[in-house]
Amino acid sequence: MTMSEGDLAVTQINFVRRETLPAQPPPASMTGAVGWLRENLFSTPFNIGLTVLISLLILWIVPDLLRFLIFDAVWSGADREACLITAQRPVVGACWPFAFERLPYFIYGSYPISERWRVDVFFVILAVAIVWLLWLNAPRRDLAVVYAFIFTPIASFILLRGWPLIGLERVDTVLWGGVLVTIVVSAVGIVISLPLGILLALGRRSTMPAVKLFSVMFIEFVRGVPLVTVLFMASVMLPLFVPENLSPDKLLRALIGIAMFASAYMAEVVRAGLAAIPKGQYEGAQAVGLGYWQMMRLIILPQALKITIPNIVNTYIGLFKDTTLVFIVGIFDLLRTVEVSRIDPKWAAPSTSPTGYAVAAVFYLICCYGMSRYAQATEKRLAKADRR
Amino acid sequence: MSTELKAGSPPASVPFYNDPKVRSIAYQVALCLIVAALVYGAASNAIENLQRARIASGFGFWNNVAGFDISQTLISYSNVSTYGRAFWVGLLNTLLVAALGIVFATILGFIVGIARLSKNWLVSKAAQFYVEIIRNLPLLLQLLFWYNAVLKALPDLRDSLKIPGGLVVNNRGLFLPAPQAQAGFGFVELTFLFGVLAAIAYSYWARKRQEQTGQQAPVLLVSLGLIVALPLVVFLIAGMPLTFDYPQAGRFNISGGLEIVPEFAALLFGLSIYTAAFIAEVVRAGILAVSHGQTEASYSLGMKPGPTLRLIVVPQAMRVIIPPLTSQYLNLTKNSSLAVAIGYPDLVQVFTGTVLNQTGQAVEVVAITMAVYLTISLSTSFLMNLYNSRMKLVER
Repeated sequence: MTMSEGDLAVTQINFVRRETLPAQPPPASMTGAVGWLRENLFSTPFNIGLTVLISLLILWIVPDLLRFLIFDAVWSGADREACLITAQRPVVGACWPFAFERLPYFIYGSYPISERWRVDVFFVILAVAIVWLLWLNAPRRDLAVVYAFIFTPIASFILLRGWPLIGLERVDTVLWGGVLVTIVVSAVGIVISLPLGILLALGRRSTMPAVKLFSVMFIEFVRGVPLVTVLFMASVMLPLFVPENLSPDKLLRALIGIAMFASAYMAEVVRAGLAAIPKGQYEGAQAVGLGYWQMMRLIILPQALKITIPNIVNTYIGLFKDTTLVFIVGIFDLLRTVEVSRIDPKWAAPSTSPTGYAVAAVFYLICCYGMSRYAQATEKRLAKADRR
Repeated sequence: MSTELKAGSPPASVPFYNDPKVRSIAYQVALCLIVAALVYGAASNAIENLQRARIASGFGFWNNVAGFDISQTLISYSNVSTYGRAFWVGLLNTLLVAALGIVFATILGFIVGIARLSKNWLVSKAAQFYVEIIRNLPLLLQLLFWYNAVLKALPDLRDSLKIPGGLVVNNRGLFLPAPQAQAGFGFVELTFLFGVLAAIAYSYWARKRQEQTGQQAPVLLVSLGLIVALPLVVFLIAGMPLTFDYPQAGRFNISGGLEIVPEFAALLFGLSIYTAAFIAEVVRAGILAVSHGQTEASYSLGMKPGPTLRLIVVPQAMRVIIPPLTSQYLNLTKNSSLAVAIGYPDLVQVFTGTVLNQTGQAVEVVAITMAVYLTISLSTSFLMNLYNSRMKLVER
């Protein structure tokens, strides 16, 4: 008991490490799959509960969905008999022969079968225009603009509507349908809404009170009412407002409604872009002696439109989805062709409706998801240009 | 100096048509003339066309007998009621589905939006999946799916599904037990009203005291006690004066209970799920907009995660969230007009659909419908502007 603490320490320590050991790998529970699982899925009791809950939800939905779409689905058959519930087959999934048989109708509507090559050519012309415009390294992109905005609309109109002079039979628009109408309506909306929207946005920011007043009235009016009522207005009121012999056909009326609606929304998107341009840019342009249109064309709009591209594409996605509403005023777009087909007695079976909706859903999902990926990629690309 | 400048650039050398003022006036006069010409042309054509088609004009039809039935009415209505009454039925149905849709979409949207920011990989991916799928499918498609492929595919009356708790579900709708107040329930209602008022007064007093002394009061607990517990106690003391009228499945019909028509259920379901996906994105953006430094500063002051979220993050996030959230609410209200596609008797279906078809007075009917939606939209955006100017960051 006489020994002090110090003596004890000196006598007991007989090894002191002099060199640094190599770093040990982290414990197995912190790295690799286990570590990832621990950190991301099972970090706290609450998280464990959530993980279990979501896993159960996935286990509940996904197998049923796969069974319906693939394993229990009917893949061949000629009519409803193939998809009925029978004693041998108590569970029936998707009725794919219905979709296969109706696919041409979903794409072309009632377009005359002998003339459907014209629709195919239209799709090709449009696809070339889109690829040429969006592919950044494509050759002669200056020509692409002429091709997309001048050649494509004229050629498409002649092809689809027909021109007896050059041997193309006239096809009335009531026969158009399916994907064709969906694409025509959204393409017209997309092409018309941008220039009109820019004009309206400029009008709303104009210093001329009358111009500003009319722009604000139009934009707020159209944005304040549902698209359904705009379409009703276009389809039941428009014929009243024009002389009887000039009454536009049904599809054209719907197109006018869609174009009005899309322009008002586009105007607000462009206005936000214009507002984001610093005042110095306007003053700089005026100081070097540019007039109003020169200033807008050369200085302001290129910058404003660049920063609004993602929002413009998002507006287009909304527009593309909204084209389904022409259904309500009796236009045979994709959704309406599905709706008409699913109640066809030839295919009346329990799973016909979900099958039809699944086909439409896949089409819209691919198109809208594609567009939103494009918007995100553009946003990233533009952000890169601004980084110093 | 200035006189010299004036002398150097005499205004007379600029021709009058290059004077910006003259030009501006000329443009505006031209625009006004064009608009006036369009309106005049449209109006004169309309008068001529209406006369030729022998369609009456004016709002005289408002008091005529409608002669059609409506499947869901919140106010008394029968087929001998007037078109005006049908208008109110439709408007109330629109407001009902919009109000309930806003509640459900907000709850679901906030859950999904917060889930997207969860550190749990599975939770955030599931939320992202939900948002991507729902946002990229047209609302009309979703409504038709819920109505035709889900609700109409439910078993028919004879094989009704009976869910424990008194619910009956079949392809004619959803039947809930209807609560029926017995004598003495009025006390409970009164207590509830008192509780709400007292809770408001208490939270006002607590805020004033905190501003003056810094002392905090348990506002949430006291409010819950006043609004929930107090009426509950009165309810128990009064001998539970509430019975339920359970739906009874008969051979041809279901009697009793609270009926929810499938059109309403599909519309409410579709609208809530669709709008929730957009609200989730709004919420996510709002929370991400609060810089991480705010949280860190709060922690370094010694605040716990709960109060940090409640007092630091949420108030700042709400400033970002509320304006786009309101526009989502407006979208939901406007989108409820898609009811016309599945036959729910909302304003557009009743008025722009049936009434327009019966009277043929397109101009009046469409104008009234648009005026209703415009009133809702413009008054909401007016309130939003007030809110924004109050909530604006006050800077030095």
